[in-house]
Amino acid sequence: MERIPVLKMGPFLLVTIQVDLYDRLALTLENDLINMVSQTGARGVLIDISAVSIVDSFMGRILGNIASMSRIMDAETVVVGMQPAVAITLVELGLTLQGVHTALNVEKGMELLNTKLGDNLELDDEEEEDQDDRND
Amino acid sequence: MIVMTKDTMEIVREQDVVPFRNRVREFGTRIGMSLVNQTKLITAASELVRNMLKYASGGKVILEIISHNAKTGVRLTFKDEGPGIADIAMAMRDGFSTGRSLGLGLPGAKRLVNEFDLKSNPGEGTTVTVIHWKHGR
Repeated sequence: MERIPVLKMGPFLLVTIQVDLYDRLALTLENDLINMVSQTGARGVLIDISAVSIVDSFMGRILGNIASMSRIMDAETVVVGMQPAVAITLVELGLTLQGVHTALNVEKGMELLNTKLGDNLELDDEEEEDQDDRND
Repeated sequence: MIVMTKDTMEIVREQDVVPFRNRVREFGTRIGMSLVNQTKLITAASELVRNMLKYASGGKVILEIISHNAKTGVRLTFKDEGPGIADIAMAMRDGFSTGRSLGLGLPGAKRLVNEFDLKSNPGEGTTVTVIHWKHGR
């Protein structure tokens, strides 16, 4: 069966969609990604759709699902590289991809994920410090 | 209205969708439609063909290049012999779905194309016709 490869890069998972997605392929990807997040403990998922020429409501729903599921598993999702024509079409279609982070390209997406990971680590540190204070 | 090119495609399986989308793109390119307008038309076509597969287990699509009042465009006619739509006004509403989807397919497709026509009778199937002009108006 055809599959879209998921690459692990440090604490993140990277997916580059290079083919036109049909429904079953998109569902397989959703499933593979969530399993990979669980197996690797990844803190972020980066999906590059720069080669995707069509995002319809089904595909949009899959992107939203991946983001919601990842968040429940403590990982953030960033969709990068959307073509301008796709963005125009999505908004007219009525899909705003709520809850999905976006970035212009892979580099900016990685920065965004790193910042989010950094913020979370700082929060964790502060919580620990608070506890230390209480112990004193 | 003059029909310049005509083609028919049977859509019976999910795998037929990608070649169909490519064929729509080819028709758009042939009349010099801009990328944004092509994307809108193909996305609308993708929504309608998915509905056809999901609710009527397939059907056929007629693709045409048409000319009318010095305008050129692509007309797509989606015909199925499925259960039909009982309440068309309801089906055209954003967020309404009898399946488990977002309910954007029909109203979204209508927003993306220049002309949209839906005819359906329960038990007799559904026909959706859309036209998108070369310049998107």
